[in-house]
Amino acid sequence: MTVTPLGIPRRLLEFTIDGEEARVPEGSTILDACRADGKDIPTLCQGDTLTPKNACRVCVVEVEGSRTLVPACSRKAEPGMEVRTDTERARHSRKIVLELLASSVDLSTTPQVAGWIKEYEAKPDRFGPDAARLDEEPKIDNDLYVRDYDKCILCYKCVDACGDQWQNTFAISVTGRGFDARIAVEHDAPLTDSACVYCGNCIEVCPTGALSFKSEFDLRAAGTWDESAQTETTTVCAYCGVGCNLTLHVQDNEIVKVTSPHDNPVTHGNLCIKGRFGYQHVQNRG
Amino acid sequence: MDLRFGDSKPTDGERAAVDALLGPPESSWEGADRDEMRAADLRWARGGHAARDRRDQLLPGLHAINDRIGWISEGALDYLCRRLTVPPAEAYGVATFYAMFSVTPRPATVLHVCTDLACTAAGASELCAGIESRLGPGSGVSVQRGPCLGLCERAPAALAIKAGDPVRTAVSAPATVHRAVLAASAPDSAPEEPSAAMAVPQAGDPSLTLLRRVGVVDPASLDDYPAHGGYTALRRAFELGPAGVIREATDSGLVGRGGAAFPTGRKWQATASQPDHPHYLVCNADESEPGTFKDRVLMEGDPYALVEAMTIAGYATGAHRGHLYLRGEYPRAFRRMRHALEQARARGLLGDDVLGQGYAFDIEIRRGAGAYICGEETALFNSIEGHRGEPRSKPPFPVEKGLFGKPTVENNVETLVNVLPILTMGAPAYAAIGTERSTGPKLFCVSGSVERPGIYELPFGATLGELLALAGVRAGLRAVLLGGAAGGFVRPDELDIPLTFEGTREAGTTLGSGVVMAFDDTVPLPRLLLRIAEFFRDESCGQCVPCRVGTVRQEEALHRIVDRTGAAAADDITLLREVGRAMRDASICGLGQTAWNAVESAIDRLGAYE
Repeated sequence: MTVTPLGIPRRLLEFTIDGEEARVPEGSTILDACRADGKDIPTLCQGDTLTPKNACRVCVVEVEGSRTLVPACSRKAEPGMEVRTDTERARHSRKIVLELLASSVDLSTTPQVAGWIKEYEAKPDRFGPDAARLDEEPKIDNDLYVRDYDKCILCYKCVDACGDQWQNTFAISVTGRGFDARIAVEHDAPLTDSACVYCGNCIEVCPTGALSFKSEFDLRAAGTWDESAQTETTTVCAYCGVGCNLTLHVQDNEIVKVTSPHDNPVTHGNLCIKGRFGYQHVQNRG
Repeated sequence: MDLRFGDSKPTDGERAAVDALLGPPESSWEGADRDEMRAADLRWARGGHAARDRRDQLLPGLHAINDRIGWISEGALDYLCRRLTVPPAEAYGVATFYAMFSVTPRPATVLHVCTDLACTAAGASELCAGIESRLGPGSGVSVQRGPCLGLCERAPAALAIKAGDPVRTAVSAPATVHRAVLAASAPDSAPEEPSAAMAVPQAGDPSLTLLRRVGVVDPASLDDYPAHGGYTALRRAFELGPAGVIREATDSGLVGRGGAAFPTGRKWQATASQPDHPHYLVCNADESEPGTFKDRVLMEGDPYALVEAMTIAGYATGAHRGHLYLRGEYPRAFRRMRHALEQARARGLLGDDVLGQGYAFDIEIRRGAGAYICGEETALFNSIEGHRGEPRSKPPFPVEKGLFGKPTVENNVETLVNVLPILTMGAPAYAAIGTERSTGPKLFCVSGSVERPGIYELPFGATLGELLALAGVRAGLRAVLLGGAAGGFVRPDELDIPLTFEGTREAGTTLGSGVVMAFDDTVPLPRLLLRIAEFFRDESCGQCVPCRVGTVRQEEALHRIVDRTGAAAADDITLLREVGRAMRDASICGLGQTAWNAVESAIDRLGAYE
């Protein structure tokens, strides 16, 4: 049985979204309120297990009285606030953000983004064939996971998951500045020369597939990765007594990826190297 | 925190540089030599806050290594991380954030040559080409083209930094190829920089308020400063008490001079009333807006005024520690301020008991390392704290959670220095200067196509034309840039714009930090606009998408249309407008929000590309 902590009862506050009354518990973000209301706002750098860095700016909405647009993912709702999610101004910024990202980053494995590009009528090609791209080659320096920074939108989620928000390993950081900023370990060394403990919690939170299991990377390269043919089975990790839930992603009777449910009270989506990558014995058919 | 360090060892020089800042290591766990393994090492442990609370020494540590060696090696960075309990990956992220640091080997001497607006108009391109042909590979000097060095009154400018113990610097401005090469090859024998007063064409004029001591007092002497009215304002502050000082600041109508024009009294009141303690005072002396050099001149010419003003601000807001975040490219201002602080401490004007009034206050200088973004108030906090200088999202505002997460008041140098006349002449007399909504005197940094470039002090309300006449504007004026790269252009027929916050706003432009840059036809306008776009592309911290990629797309578009006009440029101008609008609306901080302002004004007001 899952025990859900109820916490201290929170006061409800009232404000309006797109002219309609909304009531949310104190401390909720505008995004929480919108989602509770059934409104969809695109998000990239927001993650359900992390404090958002609000760096991607694709979730911006208009708030009455605010000079600039505000990020729905991190701005707390305030009593009497008047939020408008679907104005021309907000849609324009979202469209441009999508165009800027799609013209510089490989978004081919980012879920939902193709739909948003269509919805917002974004045209990433408009910047011309010479528009600067990240132009990064995949970094394959270990047997467990691949860092393909050509797909990195610099959402900071892997850095936060590796750092003080979850793992406290601090193996990676944003380095450089501006368009040249990249995620890297110290001295841009291979992962094997870093503090990385291969928990894979960065892969869990990566929104674009820049970080992926080596198994997934190889199958994609071979053109045989097929999510529709995969099953997902949630089980309990057999390694120690903590009781982490593992979700085994299986394709053609082979485990191709291991995740953990984000709402699991033990893991919140996090695992260690054994739970995440130590599954080979299961399929050792000798 | 269980940190992993690599196997690289620091050289003796690198170790000495870090130890000079932090003291010798206490144990081999902190990087002391293993052969000296002492029995105490076996029982040595340091963790928790005691180990991590020195993170703010990371930036000074990087400076120490870079100053001594010229670049930051793996071994040096690892040693610094060990000493401060900082993850090497994060320290690497910080070191690679700043333009003045290098994590790859380079010659001990770096010659920074300004290629920004005023210097470009004064021939920086030819200068650079000349210098680069003389100082090629093997010359022992690395030539770096870079953003504004804050020496616009003496454009074109170059700054040589020669690593060593101590680090040597030499400024060459106005620079010729010969003089710049000389400064880089022998910084010690380079001619002394002209005094700060040379940047103040009005120097000695008795009607001046903020600049009255520049060129009159000896900036090195703490005896001369009180002889010219110094420390009367601080005495007055102690008579009034903190609440009284805030009331005077509020009644004076003083607003921030850094560009945002926020009422200073209100900011002080909001900080003073925070129940959380300690409170901090931060003076933002990271003026990096191209064309701005007023804070440099104030600090070089009248350093004790800033010490006194910071003490008053600290007293009013209940802070006992002040941080002066000083631009890394200002070696002389750094030396003058450091000397002034030492003198003030020795005389009891800083320390546990300022002027015997029972108020404890001290000031620490933190040097920036080449990042325009660190002039943004919250990025500056991150920089001091030893993190990457990326802006934080607001709210919470600094008055509530600022430096080290505590209530913080942050003011620009010029803003603080205004507090002195407010207290000595009284708020009503101060408020009578200028206009009703922009009170007091204002400093303007005039450069470009004028006979007498420099800092001018005028009461708010003088017109742009009056200021330019004072500076001796040359014939053939094509455009005036107000407020720097984040500001806006105006036409030569708009010289009747009153130089007030409300006047410039009504005219659809901005006063910004007080930059007034005059341009004639020597450099084609599209080239200047491209330089502005390059500036923002280089200086974007990269945190948010609209600014990180938007500045790149804008620079690409401006590059495409640099020689085009009319219909041939129309598509790219539409693109610039659309991207610019999203940058203004959706960027996290003021850098991205204003990056497109100057180019937009050039298109709309000056008819660039028509």
